[in-house]
Amino acid sequence: MPAYYLEALTVFLGLVLLMVEAFGPRDSKKLVGFSAAAGLAFILILSFYAVGPEAADPGDKWDSYALWNFYAYDGIARFYKGFALVCTILVVLMSLDYRSILSRFTDDQESENGTGEYFALPVFACAGMMWMASAKDLAGAFVALELVTITFYILVAYLRRNVGSLEAGVKYLILGALSTGFLVYGIAWIYGTTGTMSLSNLPSAISHLPSTTPLLFGIALVLIALGFKIGAVPMQAWIPDVYQGAPTPTTAFLSVGSKAAGFILLIRFLDPLLQPGSPVAAQVTLMLAIMAGATLLFGNLAAIGQGNFKRLLAYSSIAHAGFLILALAAWKPVNDSGLGSAQSVSFYLATYLLMTLASFFILAQVRIQDGSEEINAFNGLGKRNPTLAIGLTLIMAALAGVPLTAGFLGKFFVFSLAVEAKLWWGVGLAFIGAAAGFYYYFKIIRAIWWEAPADGAKPLVLPQITRTCVVAMTVATLVLGFWPDPVFWLLQ
Amino acid sequence: MLALLVLLPLLAFVAILAGAPARKAALAAGAANLVLGLWATTCWENDKLWGLSLPVLEKPALHLAFAFSDGMSVIMVLLSVIVTLAALLSGKAPEGRETLYYGSSLLISAGAIGAFAATDLFFFYAFHELALIPTFLMIGILGRGDRKEAAWKITIYLGFGSIILLAGLVWLANLAGTFDIPTMVNAAKEGSLVIDPASQKSIAALLIVGFGVLVSLFPFHSWAAPAYASAPAPTAMLHAGVLKKFGLYGLLRIAIPLVPEGLNAWLVPLLVLLVGNILWVGLVTINQKRLDLMLGNSSVMHMGYIFLAIAALAAVNGDVSLNPIAQPAAVLLMFAHGISIAMLFGLADRIERNTGTLELSDLGGLAKSAPGMAFLFGMVGMASIGLPGLANFAGEVMVFLSAFKNYDPAAGLGPVQIACILAIWGVVISAVYMLRAYRKIFQGPTVRATEAAADLTFADRIPVLLLAVALLAVGLYPNLLLSLLN
Repeated sequence: MPAYYLEALTVFLGLVLLMVEAFGPRDSKKLVGFSAAAGLAFILILSFYAVGPEAADPGDKWDSYALWNFYAYDGIARFYKGFALVCTILVVLMSLDYRSILSRFTDDQESENGTGEYFALPVFACAGMMWMASAKDLAGAFVALELVTITFYILVAYLRRNVGSLEAGVKYLILGALSTGFLVYGIAWIYGTTGTMSLSNLPSAISHLPSTTPLLFGIALVLIALGFKIGAVPMQAWIPDVYQGAPTPTTAFLSVGSKAAGFILLIRFLDPLLQPGSPVAAQVTLMLAIMAGATLLFGNLAAIGQGNFKRLLAYSSIAHAGFLILALAAWKPVNDSGLGSAQSVSFYLATYLLMTLASFFILAQVRIQDGSEEINAFNGLGKRNPTLAIGLTLIMAALAGVPLTAGFLGKFFVFSLAVEAKLWWGVGLAFIGAAAGFYYYFKIIRAIWWEAPADGAKPLVLPQITRTCVVAMTVATLVLGFWPDPVFWLLQ
Repeated sequence: MLALLVLLPLLAFVAILAGAPARKAALAAGAANLVLGLWATTCWENDKLWGLSLPVLEKPALHLAFAFSDGMSVIMVLLSVIVTLAALLSGKAPEGRETLYYGSSLLISAGAIGAFAATDLFFFYAFHELALIPTFLMIGILGRGDRKEAAWKITIYLGFGSIILLAGLVWLANLAGTFDIPTMVNAAKEGSLVIDPASQKSIAALLIVGFGVLVSLFPFHSWAAPAYASAPAPTAMLHAGVLKKFGLYGLLRIAIPLVPEGLNAWLVPLLVLLVGNILWVGLVTINQKRLDLMLGNSSVMHMGYIFLAIAALAAVNGDVSLNPIAQPAAVLLMFAHGISIAMLFGLADRIERNTGTLELSDLGGLAKSAPGMAFLFGMVGMASIGLPGLANFAGEVMVFLSAFKNYDPAAGLGPVQIACILAIWGVVISAVYMLRAYRKIFQGPTVRATEAAADLTFADRIPVLLLAVALLAVGLYPNLLLSLLN
């Protein structure tokens, strides 16, 4: 099966879901959610059988399609397509348990009428992310990225009777539009200097430039625009407010799916620019290093004072972006000696998916059952649900980077790369960031175990879907902590 | 087999989570580990029996590898299993908190054993960190007094120290191109791994500060005393007795063989700090009004002696042939201190449970109502001062000798010797606070708290005697341990 069928199927699935939502039962949207998850899972299985042009049979026409100039299907593309699918499935499942809040802020409190699109839109975003994973051409990348961003404009503002959600939607829309402007302008400069949009032609096109200044200007603009997607300084300002205001499943989707899609694009974009002999490698590395350092400092230091768990996760997501960019600034191609930057970033994102989505799953339940997203809503969780408390403790420890959890390995690979590249400033800032992380993640652990539960707090019982997902992700976080190989198999 | 030593506490922990009776499961694992540990001393050189290496990652090559690379690991593992069993036996979990109490103790123990047995730099570091969360939870939930503040302090200090340490270790691994510690050490010995002086100096600084925070090197020591004073007895015993030795072990295992010249470059600052440990913290200890705070401070103070042995080794650029007794001295003293401080914390917990207080001014005459406790406390107090016949004496004497090992009368006193002369005053300081504490608690007229205080029951005596036997055996015949080091 040619690989681009995957995106086509995903879009088709989204359209089918809209039909199901229109003609299915009005009062319960369970069916739409489950069909979305099942359909995506089916596409995930298919993705293991999808092949690129080199594996086509001699009789097939499709291997010579011009599409393949826009569309790569290699190990990393397969990995990030799987990543987008898994992330979307989990987000849809999270939304299923979140229906009560959704219906409260849409039309009628009693009925779920008008919430069906909430399960179909992520599928379209997923198609965009999957295409971003394969983008080989700046124009194609731009289109895919816009598909994702526009879907998110709707998803962020979905709770239309909630002021916070609307405010988040407006902020996201304005900054998103701004970053789109940056991106198009940057691509125009790059095209103007090199005469090509294709990333694979870029290395030869930039090797004989009379002056690299215009090219660097274009690169800087694209980096800023991608910084919006991944939540890096200088485009990080929207993150706390939008994360806090958006419905929790959307926040989770933004924080994991959208960020990962930004990173795969960044990797594809940087690969030709940082190849040996590239005239701009030193400057691009410097830009990345500055971005990484500022992001690390901002994310980690601002997270220290947060009292709202969702906001804390927002700053933590900026902080993690800092670590990831540091790995890119310490660029190392994939070769035989050790892990390359792309592999380290992919591993880090895989662990980040597990830890972050598990946190959001739990946060969504606390929001539903206690009506609060503050850290003190977690007070005494150790008494209210000991098993969940142990799970959340492990997840927080993993986010902080305690060894023998997957979070530590991710950070460890980044540190190794940065040391190898002799980015001493970056290493120093990353260590400060990691130390600050210990403080603010342990604040949650402290609330769980040390503080007494609020008066009249009921035991927190997780619904079936959430429980299964949280258990699976916690176990995976631990297993990857001392056995990371499976992720690297998927990357090959 | 070595993996089994790490695995048993973890399995017991999982069993407890799954609903097994907590105390029984923990004790079974502790006892089995003690047997394994004792057995290891007889046949540890058999690599096939004890070694294990599971590939975790192909590139960079990481292995979940355990082995006794030399006698030092055996002694540290032995210390861990002895103290673990004693800690599990002597503690009493508060009602309804058995899972947390025994589970955390087991995790701390597994982390310590794993760190001492790991031959891969990555897991060496990782296992030590494993103990951080249970310590945090134990102090924060089940501690006394300012438990929350103490727990925060220890977590932030140790977290920060570990991260500085990690920077040094990643740097080293990057230079060496491998995570396998024996390979690195061999390469440094054979000359195929040459680290330039500037890098040596920076790495040594990171390692001294990183390991130093973990061992409560002056002035990074202020987390220790409040944490131990607040911690439940098993946590204090395991942390002060075993886990804290990880930093010293790391300096001996990694810093001395790999960056000796870097350490030597920092020799004078290191000596100043360790004398700070002994004299400054020693004077602070004299001033304590509570037994638990006094013991916490004394454990910080005694780290200075072990640092002195390490400094003596650094002064000869880590060349063991020039100062053959420095490393055995450090190892012996680590073992002796681990046993004695665990015993002291265990007894202090008993005193508090039987009298209801640890304020020295509220105690007195306890020897009349609890003669058994008085005898054992007196014995371990003497050990901690450094009286001959008990393990600490052998260690301390060897440390002082090692400091004078390369003394050249013609050249006058070097910095190490001056530090040593100052350090010997520490023995006097120890005597002052320990004897004073003994007098205030056990002698004089009985007071309200001690009148009806019960003595140690038979069950209470088992863990204390286990530790006392270890102290005596090594004190009377240090070769039991020293022969493992040859």
